[in-house]
Amino acid sequence: MLEQLDLTQLIFGRLSWDAIPLHEPVIVATFVVVAIGGVALLGALTYYRVWGYLWKEWFTSIDHKKIGIMYMVLGLVMLLRGFADAIMMRIQQAWAFGDATGYLPPDHYDQIFTAHGVIMIFFVAMPLITGIMNYIIPLQIGARDVAFPFLNNFSFWMTASGAALVMASLFIGEFAKTGWLAYPPLSGIMESPGVGVDYYLWALQIAGVGTLLSGINLLVTIVKMRAPGMNLMKMPVFTWTSLCTNVLIVAAFPVLTAVLGMLLLDRYLGTAFFTNDLGGNVMMYINLIWIWGHPEVYILILPAFGIFSEVVSTYSGKRLFGYASMVYATVVITVLSYMVWLHHFFTMGSGASVNSFFGITTMIISIPTGAKIFNWLFTMYRGRIRFEVPMLWTIGFIITFVIGGMTGVLLAVPPADFVLHNSLFLVAHFHNVIIGGVLFGLFAGITYWYPKAFGYKLDPFWGKMSFWFWTIGFYFAFMPLYVLGLMGVTRRMSQFEEDAAMQFWFQVAAFGAFLIALGILFFIVQLVVSHRRRDQLRDTTGDPWDGRTLEWATSSPPPQYNFAFTPRVHDLDAWWQMKQHKYRRPEQGFKAIHMPKNTAAGIILAGISTVLGFALVWHMWLLAGVSFAALLAVAIGHTFNYDRDYHIPAEEVERVEAERTRMLASHV
Amino acid sequence: MSDHHDAAHDDVLPDAPHSTFKGYMTGFVLAVVLTVIPFWVVMADVFESTGVTALVILSLAAVQIVVHMIYFLHMNFRSQGGWNMLALIFTAVIVFITLAGSLWVMYHLNVNMMPGMMQDPWG
Amino acid sequence: MSETTYTPESGDVEALEFHVTEDHHPETGTLLGFWLYLMSDCLIFACLFATYGVLGRSYAGGPTGAELFDLPLVAINTSFLLLSSITYGFAMLETQRKRVGATIGWLAVTGLLGVAFLGLELYEFAHLLNEGAGPQRSAFLTSFFALVGTHGLHVLFGIIWLVVLVVQLRKHGLIVENQRRLFCLSMFWHFLDVVWIGVFTFVYLMGVLP
Repeated sequence: MLEQLDLTQLIFGRLSWDAIPLHEPVIVATFVVVAIGGVALLGALTYYRVWGYLWKEWFTSIDHKKIGIMYMVLGLVMLLRGFADAIMMRIQQAWAFGDATGYLPPDHYDQIFTAHGVIMIFFVAMPLITGIMNYIIPLQIGARDVAFPFLNNFSFWMTASGAALVMASLFIGEFAKTGWLAYPPLSGIMESPGVGVDYYLWALQIAGVGTLLSGINLLVTIVKMRAPGMNLMKMPVFTWTSLCTNVLIVAAFPVLTAVLGMLLLDRYLGTAFFTNDLGGNVMMYINLIWIWGHPEVYILILPAFGIFSEVVSTYSGKRLFGYASMVYATVVITVLSYMVWLHHFFTMGSGASVNSFFGITTMIISIPTGAKIFNWLFTMYRGRIRFEVPMLWTIGFIITFVIGGMTGVLLAVPPADFVLHNSLFLVAHFHNVIIGGVLFGLFAGITYWYPKAFGYKLDPFWGKMSFWFWTIGFYFAFMPLYVLGLMGVTRRMSQFEEDAAMQFWFQVAAFGAFLIALGILFFIVQLVVSHRRRDQLRDTTGDPWDGRTLEWATSSPPPQYNFAFTPRVHDLDAWWQMKQHKYRRPEQGFKAIHMPKNTAAGIILAGISTVLGFALVWHMWLLAGVSFAALLAVAIGHTFNYDRDYHIPAEEVERVEAERTRMLASHV
Repeated sequence: MSDHHDAAHDDVLPDAPHSTFKGYMTGFVLAVVLTVIPFWVVMADVFESTGVTALVILSLAAVQIVVHMIYFLHMNFRSQGGWNMLALIFTAVIVFITLAGSLWVMYHLNVNMMPGMMQDPWG
Repeated sequence: MSETTYTPESGDVEALEFHVTEDHHPETGTLLGFWLYLMSDCLIFACLFATYGVLGRSYAGGPTGAELFDLPLVAINTSFLLLSSITYGFAMLETQRKRVGATIGWLAVTGLLGVAFLGLELYEFAHLLNEGAGPQRSAFLTSFFALVGTHGLHVLFGIIWLVVLVVQLRKHGLIVENQRRLFCLSMFWHFLDVVWIGVFTFVYLMGVLP
């Protein structure tokens, strides 16, 4: 009997039927909806026999364009999940005053705000940013793929694997109740003995591998694979900001890996890094995680700055104002972002000298950022502005981000921070810069480059609807939080005392969240409508916006090899110069093109990693051992495959290019 | 992407630096010297003051790291178009910020928040 | 549909080449990419060093470094690692001379020195555990085991990689890919030696100072 028990323990760890949260009606309802939707989706895929196609053309693809699109799909799907969490919190907080306790017990509410933060940063913003970088960078620098195409596929699947673990925690067990950075001692084994924090830790460790490798990959791509003639100061601004972002990824994510690893050791082996006894120091966790955390903010925002720069200059029909200053500002922000981390915990008690140092460095960052804002404004000045949807997002960004930036400088003053620390003022501030900056940037980027990726523009009417609902919804949802923060409301509260004045502001915020929900809905409507109207919205030229950089020099969507002949660059805005010189693309003399082969190793390795992560969360030591051994074996096995590339024959290139020639001719 | 299919057995890795026996031996001898001295300094209690000892062995370690970088890792300003060196310098700066920043921040925290309980680190 | 008409600025239209007609091969980025990976690894170690720096004197009433560390043992271990660095160097010299057998021979010596290093380290750890000075004893020992153990895991990984590479060398010889892998492993191996300089100085030698 006892032996049998041990065996069950070895196989199932602490997983049992109790782990399925049947007592939570909200989760059960969600599960039913997700299950029906999932079965319907899988059924449809099987019915239309697309599994083989998906596997061959997408899952195992090492084409940076397809991987980029898969990142975008992942990010958008997770956005729905993250937003569902957000609106649940808004309803709860607008409701739970006085005797009304709302519909979410604190235990569940805590998981929701944690999941919301984790998902929005790691599995929405990061995949969307990485997806756009993946798609656009090789095209902008005139390359045929990234430096390490297989690693690129592997990175994507590791990110997806982390997302899968977070999603699994919804239905099997629980998620962390600690807030998105899981501060100890709350996240330690004493206060959080359940699986929630373990899900959090393993999901982020697995996704972190993907992020780090993708950072190295894109960095080497930009350094090594630029088209001849494109020296650093002729690189498009988006590529520049991506370069800096990937520098930050490579130099910041290891810190996250290390600090989460230490917390794992504390939880699994009972070590004493961040304990209250045995000489541990919880503040060391907070110190280290913000050494990663602050650069992370810039990892997200810098590519968005790059997108706005491309958009502003394209739709103003002008060269970007102050290109060099833009580059220097980006580099300065990159370096400075490592010297401000303590402003996230001024209240820790390091004293006046430390706090004032970090307060001042924080304020200094607003200088290069301000320079960028002026550069965009001067680019627009006397330009012939076309108010296409990406431009609307950009203008919305400039206004919103300046407000968010100013509240940020306010929070950088340590005495003010002592009042506002952990209040809703802070919550309003970082949503103000992340939504107003990163998210608006992503929507601008998606709308701007969508025709490049799919061959037709997005329907502008629904794009504008989405923009206005997002923007107005944002102000309704977050301006009240500034007020509430100044009233002294701290974050992560699920219930309040009776207070009509306070409840009013929460209800305004909930109304704003509903407007944002419509903004998201209209974005999806936009995708559907545009797909149905794709023939009217078709882009046959490859250059629908009269663009300036190299990605517009090839067809929409680009052929697998991107460029039949590698471009030669003489100037910033290379494609613009080519158009000025009435460049005629060659229609013969094609050569075979050397390309990497698809491989299933990435998805298999990531799949095993998911199993390994799940096993470790539930202490299923047998499964963990087996899957770790399998991981090692498959990884080593993959290194024995030396046959990783092939040539696209010249005739095939010729056929594709002839197709393009016909397409261009039909347009004129 | 690699282009092995047209690579014969006697092909040479194009972007790797050429190493020499003399280079490795120079590095090795220097490294041995720079390892023996700090062990001797500590084990034989050469200096009275802990501070001086710490300073000496930390400086020797820094010198030895440079020696390894030059003679074993072939660091110079030319390899990979200077990007290797740039990455190294940037990393060194970040490592310095992480180490010095953490120690500085946590030291002040301990002084301010745990007066009396403080065991002064590094004497 | 937006009509795109190109109006070249008059006069300055000169003949510029806008594409490369010959086959364009960008340099491979493996060595740079691997170097960047090492730099990121460096930051993991930086965090562990910083943690040791902060927690390294929090003995919680338990044993101190001065009581635990056996410097002669550390000196021997340091010499193993340093010797393995130079033997790896010899392997690279043989690679340059295109001698597969000799390359594999020196790699084997390197691997054995690595195993010796790990063995001695495990002996030290076992000894500490026996004395009740395990990683759960105090924050000092936690950060000590984490830092030294992470380095040890890297060496273990390096040895596994080395074995795999030897098999691949026997199978395919010194083709360019294998040379590249040899070079990457050499960077990894030397990098571990560099980290060890920090470990023996900052942890062991400074740990026994009063």
